[in-house]
Amino acid sequence: MFVRLSAAIAAVSLLGSPAFAQGAAKPTDPQIAHIAYTAGVIDIAAAKQAMTKASHKDVKAFAADMLRDHEAVNKQALDLVKKLKVTPEDNDTSKALSKQAADKHAELEKLKGAEFDKAYAANEVAYHKAVNGALETLLIPNASNAELKSLLQTGLKIFQGHQQHAEHVAAALK
Amino acid sequence: MKPGWIVPIAASLMAGMSVPAVAATLQITMDNLVISPAEASAKVGDTIEWINKDIFVHTATARNGDWDINMPAKKTVTSVLKKAGTIEYYCRFHPNMKAKLTVAP
Repeated sequence: MFVRLSAAIAAVSLLGSPAFAQGAAKPTDPQIAHIAYTAGVIDIAAAKQAMTKASHKDVKAFAADMLRDHEAVNKQALDLVKKLKVTPEDNDTSKALSKQAADKHAELEKLKGAEFDKAYAANEVAYHKAVNGALETLLIPNASNAELKSLLQTGLKIFQGHQQHAEHVAAALK
Repeated sequence: MKPGWIVPIAASLMAGMSVPAVAATLQITMDNLVISPAEASAKVGDTIEWINKDIFVHTATARNGDWDINMPAKKTVTSVLKKAGTIEYYCRFHPNMKAKLTVAP
């Protein structure tokens, strides 16, 4: 299963696309929880970076919104896995996500001022698009626990709002 | 909390007395990123109980600047309406959440 998943990740990574291996092996609930939590951690880290580096007030406000909402979702996710006695399981999708995020973080770290603002906003659009796509086609359909599925659906709803917000911020910076 | 005003009203009505307009309490709920009811009517002096059922922080922010209510996650806050008008409001953090409150004098 991981061979196919890894192969698919390798394939999409080559194209510079997100790490989500859609249509590949079906992730289990412990893997889904890990992927969703990791995706949240990544955006929290990006928001923290933006809060210190961004110069435009709308970008700073957007980053504060991301921090607040993603921390709320991840706190709920932690409470849920504790309640369900599920141990999130690391997997190739999570690893690929973290690797890509680390690269992007380093790339953004080199930028300043308006350049940083534009690159961060553009990445937030792309990132939320990728995460939302994965939630819709991979994570939500494969989640078997009803509470996990419901939390992912709440996540999707709020992240769709984030994507719109990011698109709005990105468009205003052009 | 509610029975506090129900009893005096009931007592006054039973006594056949005319009572001055009594302030009411109206509930507006934020649940799964939706404000309901989307349209509500109230009077100056009424209390709004803003119920946030979400795990997210929300605001009820009047577009005309009349008020800006902050609602922590999973909490209920109250505010008293002081000005009449038709007020469009939204959540500053989640601008897709929009609703309208008509406040009669």
